[in-house]
Amino acid sequence: MNQEVELPDNERRRITRDGLSLAFTVGLYGTAFGAAASSSGLSPWQALALSALLFSGASQFAVVGVGVITSWPLAVTAITGALLLGTRNALYGLRMAPILQVRGLKRVAAAQITIDESTGVAISQEHLGLPAMRHGFWVTGLGVYVFWNSFTLLGALGADALGDPAQFGLDAAVPAAFLGLLWPRLKGRTPWAVGMAAAITVLILLPHAPVGVPVISSAVAAVIAGWKNGGAK
Amino acid sequence: MIWATVLISSLGCFLLKYAGMAMPDAWLSSPRVQRIANLMPVALLSALVIAQTFGVGQTLVLDARAAGVAVAIVVLLLRAPFPVVVVAAAVTSALLHRL
Repeated sequence: MNQEVELPDNERRRITRDGLSLAFTVGLYGTAFGAAASSSGLSPWQALALSALLFSGASQFAVVGVGVITSWPLAVTAITGALLLGTRNALYGLRMAPILQVRGLKRVAAAQITIDESTGVAISQEHLGLPAMRHGFWVTGLGVYVFWNSFTLLGALGADALGDPAQFGLDAAVPAAFLGLLWPRLKGRTPWAVGMAAAITVLILLPHAPVGVPVISSAVAAVIAGWKNGGAK
Repeated sequence: MIWATVLISSLGCFLLKYAGMAMPDAWLSSPRVQRIANLMPVALLSALVIAQTFGVGQTLVLDARAAGVAVAIVVLLLRAPFPVVVVAAAVTSALLHRL
């Protein structure tokens, strides 16, 4: 499994092609993010800063998803949501560290592009050995980085030029984007139960608790379900 | 305030990624931590879908967004890719705003 076998050229090309086509497809979502950011009052530069510096789709949507950030409680909500959604990247890093074996600046770069897609492509090359996994990680991670940032700017500038976001349905695009991110994760009974519990939590708390608290409170559902048993996943 | 939010959340999310790379795998690899981290996006994304569909400040409302999300569900059931889902929801809501 940990073999340092040489990577044949044809396999290298296939991984490059697979990684880049995934990167392009994912990068396109950057347009939706840029537009959503713009409807939440972020300037195109702030939207781009999130894509370049935060670089993790769900967390970025969480930041702009709280709406126009006009007070510190809203800022704290946005930051907490982003961090909770970013916890899984720490686990990806853990998985990738022994494969990449990088130090110093290269480790900083690798950490920044440790996301769903780069980790996913790397892991799916496991049967080909470590060089194939590394190649998949870097090609996909860097590819998503370039496309995601380019399309973010495009979306932000485009939405800025269009004007009133609700008129173009952007108010519905944001929850639909969250739903699109959620959908593939709803496999099995436990995720469904957690999702329903989180949804009900928000419906009950929203009219009573301060803005932002309902969403953050839903994290409790994940903690309770994850704490209990390893049986169903 | 927006810039502060952007920079703090970016720094925090980077540190999470870096921690995974740099940390000895003692506590992160506990099955319990892994399960919770896997379920965390499910909980938060579900909560965000509801809050963004029905919430306006501290009130629940039923408006064009709900129709957009309903269409998004139908499109997801038809196995459409992500951009199609987002656009379908946006078009639905935009059409309702015109009415």
